[in-house]
Amino acid sequence: MIEVFHLVPALLIGALAVYTTVARDTFAATVGFIAYGLMLTVAWVQLHGVDVALTESAIGGGLTGLLLVRASAKLRATEAAARAERPRASTRLAAAILAAAVSAGLAIAVLALPDPAPTLAPEVLANMGPTGVGNPITAVLMAFRATDTLLEAIVLLLALVGVWSLAPDRVWGGRPGPRYNADPDGILAFIARVLPPIGIIVGIYIFWVGADDPGGKFQGATIVAAMWLLVLMAGLTDAPPISRRLLRAGLVAGPVAFIAIGFAGVATAGAFLAYPDGWSKPLILVVEFALMPSLALTLGLIMAGAPERAEAASPREAAP
Amino acid sequence: MNAATVFGLLATALVGVGLYGFIVNPQPLRKILAFNVIGSGVFLLFGAIARRGAALGLGGDPVPQALLITGIVVAFSATALAVTVLLRLFDETGSTTLSSGVAPSASEPDPAKARE
Repeated sequence: MIEVFHLVPALLIGALAVYTTVARDTFAATVGFIAYGLMLTVAWVQLHGVDVALTESAIGGGLTGLLLVRASAKLRATEAAARAERPRASTRLAAAILAAAVSAGLAIAVLALPDPAPTLAPEVLANMGPTGVGNPITAVLMAFRATDTLLEAIVLLLALVGVWSLAPDRVWGGRPGPRYNADPDGILAFIARVLPPIGIIVGIYIFWVGADDPGGKFQGATIVAAMWLLVLMAGLTDAPPISRRLLRAGLVAGPVAFIAIGFAGVATAGAFLAYPDGWSKPLILVVEFALMPSLALTLGLIMAGAPERAEAASPREAAP
Repeated sequence: MNAATVFGLLATALVGVGLYGFIVNPQPLRKILAFNVIGSGVFLLFGAIARRGAALGLGGDPVPQALLITGIVVAFSATALAVTVLLRLFDETGSTTLSSGVAPSASEPDPAKARE
């Protein structure tokens, strides 16, 4: 009976993956991808990875989906030309055989996994006490493998630098994305006024409970960033010019604090990112509080995209 | 079959479906999308392995689960960068074709080129 609850979402996820692959229209495929991301969340919950489920729905399905949908709307004009480039039947058949072989090989590996499975859960639980954190995943992310989290924050920052560097020279330092003009009395503007206070509280809550329950700074920061994007897209405010000093300071503040505490660990605890005895929880909190706003800002600006308008242009003039 | 096996096998299918889409879809955006399907398949496979490591009241091995969160964020960063490169290519050239000027298949003329 329990198997039904595994098989039904599994079949739906598989069907949605096939749909995003074979759909003729790219826009339809990207919308299918968002549904796919949301259904994957169900799979993550069934695999008892609630923290991963939150990340998947917020970043994997939500932000990535939005990015792809927006790009597909912009690239709609290229669809007709692309259809003519569709490979011949022989190529498609060869690709299908290759894909099936890869899947079959992986499936054999899945069925041959060792039993009992190797696990680090006992080690994590045994060493979690001194960190003062109640959620084992947060303990891994912030204490045992804090380097991963530091590098992850820096990868996000590098992605933003990459996105910005794709701006044409004449708008360098300008405002990202178009200036959105929504009907100020429309439903979008209404939601953009009503939802953010709730969303920001939900985001901060998910960030805060991450210490002891599923949640964390990335998931929380994504929700806060989404609220900012909503306000931007409703035209209630404009994206800041990327040359603004304060903005750049805000972006690097989190990673810089993290690195500073990492180096302090060399002096006080004998290793990079090590926390001295009894200081784990306060230091983890300092890092998380410093990272969360930087992450929200970075995620929001990555979504806003490369600068498209010179800083000097007034919002009205820049409007399409 | 338990959840780990069901979703582990689903994950292998997702990798295959994504790989097929990555090869046959000519639009770069579809390739980015298919790459994300492959990626989610890999993540799900890792998640199934994490679930098998459940012990001492934990629903899964927390170390792979933490790595998965990092992985999903890094995949998003790479996707965002790829999409921005693609949009810039479109702004510069008005096209996003990956074919190299030579007709993509020798037997058929390329209508995209013929129209220019």
